[in-house]
Amino acid sequence: MESLKEKMMHTALLLLTQKKVDVVLGFQRGTIPMMSQPILISHPEKVDQLHWDSFCSINLANYLPQRKDKIAIFAKGCDSRNIVLQIQENQIKREQLHIIGVPCQGMLDRRKVQAELNDRLLLGVRETSEHFHLLGEGFMDSLERSGYLQDNCAICSHRNAVIYDEALAEPVLEQEGVERYEDVKAIEAMTAHQRWSYFEKLLAPCIRCYACRNACPMCYCPVCFVDESTPQWLGKSIDPTDTMTFHFLRAYHLAGRCTDCGNCEQVCPMSIKMRQLTKKLEKDIIELYDYEAGLSLNQRPPLDTYRPDDPQDFIR
Amino acid sequence: MVDRVIKKTELADFVARLVEKYRVYAPVREQQTTNFREISTADQVDLSGANTTLSPKSLILPQSETMFEFSLDRTSEKAGILYEIELDPLPRLIFGIRPCDAKAFELLDLNFSTPSHQDPWWARRRQITTLVGLGCNTPCPTCFCTSVGCGPFATEGLDVLLIDLDKEFAIQGITEKGQRLLDDMDIKAEASATKKEAVSAQQSSSLQSIKSVVPTEGLQDHEVNALFNAEFWDKVQFACINCGVCTFVCPTCWCFDIQDEVLKNNGLRLRNWDSCMFPLFTLHGSGHNPRGQKLQRVRQRFMHKLKYFPDKYHNGVACVGCGRCVQQCPVNIDIRQVFLLMNNFKI
Repeated sequence: MESLKEKMMHTALLLLTQKKVDVVLGFQRGTIPMMSQPILISHPEKVDQLHWDSFCSINLANYLPQRKDKIAIFAKGCDSRNIVLQIQENQIKREQLHIIGVPCQGMLDRRKVQAELNDRLLLGVRETSEHFHLLGEGFMDSLERSGYLQDNCAICSHRNAVIYDEALAEPVLEQEGVERYEDVKAIEAMTAHQRWSYFEKLLAPCIRCYACRNACPMCYCPVCFVDESTPQWLGKSIDPTDTMTFHFLRAYHLAGRCTDCGNCEQVCPMSIKMRQLTKKLEKDIIELYDYEAGLSLNQRPPLDTYRPDDPQDFIR
Repeated sequence: MVDRVIKKTELADFVARLVEKYRVYAPVREQQTTNFREISTADQVDLSGANTTLSPKSLILPQSETMFEFSLDRTSEKAGILYEIELDPLPRLIFGIRPCDAKAFELLDLNFSTPSHQDPWWARRRQITTLVGLGCNTPCPTCFCTSVGCGPFATEGLDVLLIDLDKEFAIQGITEKGQRLLDDMDIKAEASATKKEAVSAQQSSSLQSIKSVVPTEGLQDHEVNALFNAEFWDKVQFACINCGVCTFVCPTCWCFDIQDEVLKNNGLRLRNWDSCMFPLFTLHGSGHNPRGQKLQRVRQRFMHKLKYFPDKYHNGVACVGCGRCVQQCPVNIDIRQVFLLMNNFKI
């Protein structure tokens, strides 16, 4: 990990001193363990603020829409796919970007690690390739990375950037034979009634803080339907009908656009597993259109194209 | 003063007696979060964790509350009149509330309940609610209560304080309401129950474990417009995604929005939590929003807490140092750093 961080600083320094970009978008170390903060660096002397570890899960593509400058961005596999989509959806221009691919071994889930701590005080985390070590007062636990990955990272099949101007390191091996839809299939197998109660329970803790929406790089509408007031589509209380409407519509709006970067779940203060909704739509889009979001600039998203051989009758 | 004691083995019985007289709310663990919920038995209560995920503010200021009902049917006798929804009159008790969260209620009283202005919903709930606090034996690394006029065993706002002494709780009745509650529950004051040494040992070990400190002494000296226009806001705001996490988990964020919801002819007037992070916050009828940009929203949150509030009420900052926003901000915007920037600001 240390070496990736040093490479980042080096790359950023070159890009800024050679004036190839105006700003570099990366991470700085967080003020508490297992956290990091997105940072924008415009001066070469500030590149040593850059940081990289397995808690840099925030999708940096979220900071791109409508920027006017020339930006270097560090991109994990998922970030890069969101960049592809944002270019296709005219949120940013390809020529504005200098994409630095960062091979990713999966991000660690701070809540899973937190549960391991049993309220012991964590002072820091040290990482090696297969393990990470929790350091606290009077203890050091060594844990295997594979058991503490974010749920989406554990089933990720695109760990390397799909589009980049330079790669920070050799690509990592992609995971093969991953079962992505175990949870979705379980829900599909339910009766409509069971499914409804399942969703009611899943979304009941929601406090409507909209962190899931705001952390999503694909949620960039100037005015979200949730915030429309003339007319108002959605109630502002925590009535379950309104809350569920928000989550279902948010998911549908991401059909064929979600890259399963997992930001929505990572930022949720109530630990709601809302990826089950977006994954169902991802599965449908693969089955109906053989399309995975954001893999190539040359492939238009299925929901903004028309094909005479569309599988649905009604549109032909 | 601490003059009563209850063994932990007697806790279940104590809670059972409380439940007979009050609606009792206490920290309940729910998978990965812990929150204040209404409980009926002691085994539901989880006092082992530090701060709850959400603060208990929703027990006095619910996230959504129906204030009035009305009818649009002109033939109805309710037509054209706002009818107040009656408040559940059953006395309430918040069990295991931390001193910082209790202090937050006191700060919010400055806004909601003054001699000249009373918010009836807030004031009535406050009145029927008794706060039985739990001192903090193991403050979080993100706790900075001692910098902002509070502390792990502070009693401001509490009616009763429990101090965990391993096998028993030492009990301090603070207000008259609290003393009465203890008498009612048959927990008697005894000279032998002062537990002086054990209590003061626990208090000083807790105090020592709070390493997080923020400066506040310079805040009042800054000219408000200079601070408003400071350059550092641009840096503070960059990472912010304008979600409502910080404001919703915060015990002192009180902003609300009033809305009518109508189904057929039946209308309800609701008061819902608002957040300065949201695009609808302070959006004018004209379409103009003085806080239309992210920077303006982020600045509003911190200026309100650390400058406008202390300037207006002369009662310290509107922050009790619970550290929830520090722990839960998805992009690590740390209010302790903003304290530093604002306090040490130089033109």
